Amino acid sequence: MNAVLDPIAALGRAALGLIKQAGALALFALEALSHLVRPPFYWRIFFSSLIETGFFSLPVVALTALFSGAVIALQSYVGFGQYHVQSAIAGIVVLAVTRELGPVLAGLMVAGRVGAAMSAQIGTMRVTDQIDALTTLSTDPMKYLVTPRLLAGTLALPCLVLVADILGVMGGFTVSVAKLGFSPSTYITATLDSLKTMDVVVGLVKAAVFGFLIALLGCYNGYNSRGGAEGVGSATTAAVVGASILLLLFDYLLTDLFFSQ
Amino acid sequence: MSTSPGTPLSTPKIRIRGLHKAFGSKIVLDGVDLDVEAGTSMVIIGGSGSGKSVLLRCILGLIEPDAGTIEIDGENLLTAPRSRQDALRRQIGMLFQNGALFDSMSVGENVAFGVRAKHSDRNGATPSRTQALQIAGGLLEQVGLDPSVGELSPSELSGGMQKRVGLARAIAGNPNIMFFDEPTTGLDPIMGAVIDGLIVDCVQKLGSTAIAITHDMASAQRIGNRAAMLYRGKLIWQGEASDLMNSGNAMVDQFTHGRREGPITMELRK
Repeated sequence: MNAVLDPIAALGRAALGLIKQAGALALFALEALSHLVRPPFYWRIFFSSLIETGFFSLPVVALTALFSGAVIALQSYVGFGQYHVQSAIAGIVVLAVTRELGPVLAGLMVAGRVGAAMSAQIGTMRVTDQIDALTTLSTDPMKYLVTPRLLAGTLALPCLVLVADILGVMGGFTVSVAKLGFSPSTYITATLDSLKTMDVVVGLVKAAVFGFLIALLGCYNGYNSRGGAEGVGSATTAAVVGASILLLLFDYLLTDLFFSQ
Repeated sequence: MSTSPGTPLSTPKIRIRGLHKAFGSKIVLDGVDLDVEAGTSMVIIGGSGSGKSVLLRCILGLIEPDAGTIEIDGENLLTAPRSRQDALRRQIGMLFQNGALFDSMSVGENVAFGVRAKHSDRNGATPSRTQALQIAGGLLEQVGLDPSVGELSPSELSGGMQKRVGLARAIAGNPNIMFFDEPTTGLDPIMGAVIDGLIVDCVQKLGSTAIAITHDMASAQRIGNRAAMLYRGKLIWQGEASDLMNSGNAMVDQFTHGRREGPITMELRK
């Protein structure tokens, strides 16, 4: 009897736990967002988060995008060669980069770099009473720590993705021209023909959603961390893993929403 | 339980009645009643896990109690509207056990944060950053530190200096209630005495009502003029701080003299 019911009970408990976590995360996000329309707003924290998330993530995002575009061009050349449609490479690169690779790879890089840092920083503040100290100094920790970071994440990632789009296409161009023997003007013309405003805009919308999710998971896990250094470490891991999974889930949902028809 | 003779005629600055708090099945506060008269320095002693820190955190609003009332100047903190709760709590300055300095800011910015945060509450003009840093320099001097320390990072300071900076930040808003969470823990006896002296000076200068929680009996007698002991979530004794070492209560005597034998038994984790 127990052998049958125990796994079902465990599954039920896991499902309830997941629902509880999702509810807590949603309430946390709503509370943080409500502070956007209630002064004061901490501009210094916002700008420093914007620089940390956007500017300092630029090298890693740029390199990732550049090489991804190059790899797509190379792989497409080999694959498309079987069907003699190598001329479609420029279109494939621009489509893949603007629709998917730009936002997703930039998001994953930022989740690893910035989401982890946010979680570790806020988590350390939690376990060393700094968040309680903020409260005793009449400063709402959600308003001070979380809201500016959420806004910064939401605004910074689209900027990064715009750069990633350009560099991803440049990566494909460089490999196609320098290694695969394409004519630069032909490649650029094919790229511009395939470039659609809708693809870029949807990529940027995705990026804004991903930026929000990365900052949300980083802040949520840090804010709720417990138990000293080990707790902060666990929170940081949970922030990166959670953000990466949610990012891919929302990528699917947004792709389905914008491109399935 | 012994209490000081006479019933107070005025409303206590802080009045706590029937305060309960449990974490799961673990009861941490079990019907605490406590009055702290205005201008009194109350020291709360008790073993680790007896509920001292939870009591302070309930008053500060960092933990929500399960039942009971907490009054400041006769107003119930727990049932007052949120804005009124915030206003009442703004009167409180807190020195945390480890200082709880913001490590993303310099020492001066930490104190200036307290200056700006408390001034902006009072609907007055919030001092500029430069003005707040100047005020912070004066506060650092008040706690015996050179204003040049303001340029350092909190991690560059010793434990005693961090406590002093924490104290400077706590008094930045001229609070009329001050809480001290184990102010001498981790300090050598001389530095402990120095911190106690600073606390007494600050409390007297501000005319504040103070609650300090501590394990350190020397510190308790230096800081407090009243004392109380918490044991397993209950207040088992209140009296004059000068009576701490000779309270006539077997539990208090065992605790203050650090005796192994006595009515207090160590709780083993099951």
